[in-house]
Amino acid sequence: MAEKQYMTINMGPQHPATHGVLRVVLELDGEVVVKATPHIGHLHRGVEKLAESKTYHQVIPLTDRLDYTNGMGNNLAYVLAVEKLLGIDVPKRAQVLRVIMAELQRIAAHLIWLGTHVLDIGAITPIFYTFREREDVLRIFEEVAGGRLTPTYLRIGGVAKDLPEGIEGKIRDFVESFPKRMEEYETLLTQNVIWLNRTKEIGVISKEDAVNWGVTGPTLRASGVKWDIRKAFPYSSYEDFDFDVPIGSVGDVFDRYVVRLREMEWSNSIVRQAVDRLPKGPVLTEDPRIGLPPKEKVTEDIAALIRQFKIASEGFAPPRGEVYASVESPKGELGFYIVSDGSNHPFRVRIRPPSFLNLGALPKMIEGGLIADVVSAIGSIDIVLGEIDR
Amino acid sequence: MGDAHLGWQKLKDAFPASLLEVKTFRGEVTILVPKNEILGICKFLHSDPNLQYRMLTDLCALDYHPETPRFEVVYLLYSPRNNERLRLKARVGEGESIASVESIWKAANWLEREVYDLFGIPFENHPDLRRILLWDGYEGHPLRKDYPVEGPDFDKPFVPEV
Repeated sequence: MAEKQYMTINMGPQHPATHGVLRVVLELDGEVVVKATPHIGHLHRGVEKLAESKTYHQVIPLTDRLDYTNGMGNNLAYVLAVEKLLGIDVPKRAQVLRVIMAELQRIAAHLIWLGTHVLDIGAITPIFYTFREREDVLRIFEEVAGGRLTPTYLRIGGVAKDLPEGIEGKIRDFVESFPKRMEEYETLLTQNVIWLNRTKEIGVISKEDAVNWGVTGPTLRASGVKWDIRKAFPYSSYEDFDFDVPIGSVGDVFDRYVVRLREMEWSNSIVRQAVDRLPKGPVLTEDPRIGLPPKEKVTEDIAALIRQFKIASEGFAPPRGEVYASVESPKGELGFYIVSDGSNHPFRVRIRPPSFLNLGALPKMIEGGLIADVVSAIGSIDIVLGEIDR
Repeated sequence: MGDAHLGWQKLKDAFPASLLEVKTFRGEVTILVPKNEILGICKFLHSDPNLQYRMLTDLCALDYHPETPRFEVVYLLYSPRNNERLRLKARVGEGESIASVESIWKAANWLEREVYDLFGIPFENHPDLRRILLWDGYEGHPLRKDYPVEGPDFDKPFVPEV
């Protein structure tokens, strides 16, 4: 008998199904993957290093560019960490606005995932549907914040500005129409035999393995772990909203699909609840060290002008200490670990990227499976390389 | 807050001499432990039936250059059983290494590679210690405080070798 030989195949970094610039080196025994080695870092921009030379406010735009499908959520994780470091409270209206934006963003992020994931597997149609709804969300963001992909809407101590006139009606329209759209996606996929064959029992990871590999988010919940930061460590008044945490049982690609679909429904419900009971009041902290004064005051009041100048140029200096704050991003637990040395620059900003650890578990999911299922598994963990490589 | 933290209490009973420094700030408990005991302490925290720190949420490092020892390796553990976080720290000097916790949490595999890549701290008994974000052959460790933020060669023209 001849000695057994494996074939090595290089997948990526320029491969349409690797969702960015991921490279995976696959060792194959026929069609079976024996070993998979992901290579990352093609998108490394040194965000953590860069943040050390910025003031606390200046770091916010950097966070938008981590997971570029989740700008609002990234802003939220960062400002929560800084607010914890400062020990300040955020006005209730700003908290609820943050919830609305974060959940709309979750829907938009999951819609990108749904469209591209099924496109990888060969279903061309759904992406046109999902991007139609995603466009609605981005239009709302554009009106609210001025930006679509990178809104930079949140500020330390609140949000940049209050909602524009008439936007609540548009959010309501979206919330009302979205369940019907969900039905359309489900009609296309959930009972589609080809879809089921490509996703059932594929890329399985067990509950214990998922926890041990640090997997979080929908990928963890699909394996049957009912764990969501919004429930475990509620932030930004999530404790006021009624929602459930959907879980799967097998931990395969199909379960991840179902978990994300149910999550979108709950996000939609949270947005509806939030718009219904949006409290009145200020949207930025009144702490003069941190919040910028209102623009109309800056033009007529010298004290406000000086304050604006001081905050924008010099920033503020939080006390010495270290904090960790995390949010449930569409991908999993997105955390910021900030160490302050008492100056106006952070000593260290460590980003805990969910996709990084989820991708670390990819070899566990695909080794022993067929090469054709690799694409399906990569799509199902919903990675964004901007966040992995930072 | 501190008294209610189960991980801290248990650790105090099991390793009374090893808790070099305990800090609580904004309700978060940070414990400094000796570097040569990190593996034993992590094993205890992971396997103790009342604690079960099953998840390594994050592992990163801090550079306090020019102090000695220069680095701190930071472990953020999470116990789903008690819904409790615990931060461990160990000081590591320049040129020194620290034990890998990959045998306990697989999550440490890539996280330790990242610390190795960006800080240059080697981990003992790591199964696959390679650079992860930067390419093989890269010189320097960018997250060190003495590494310039604009890069060491930003003002030199880039001429590829032909």
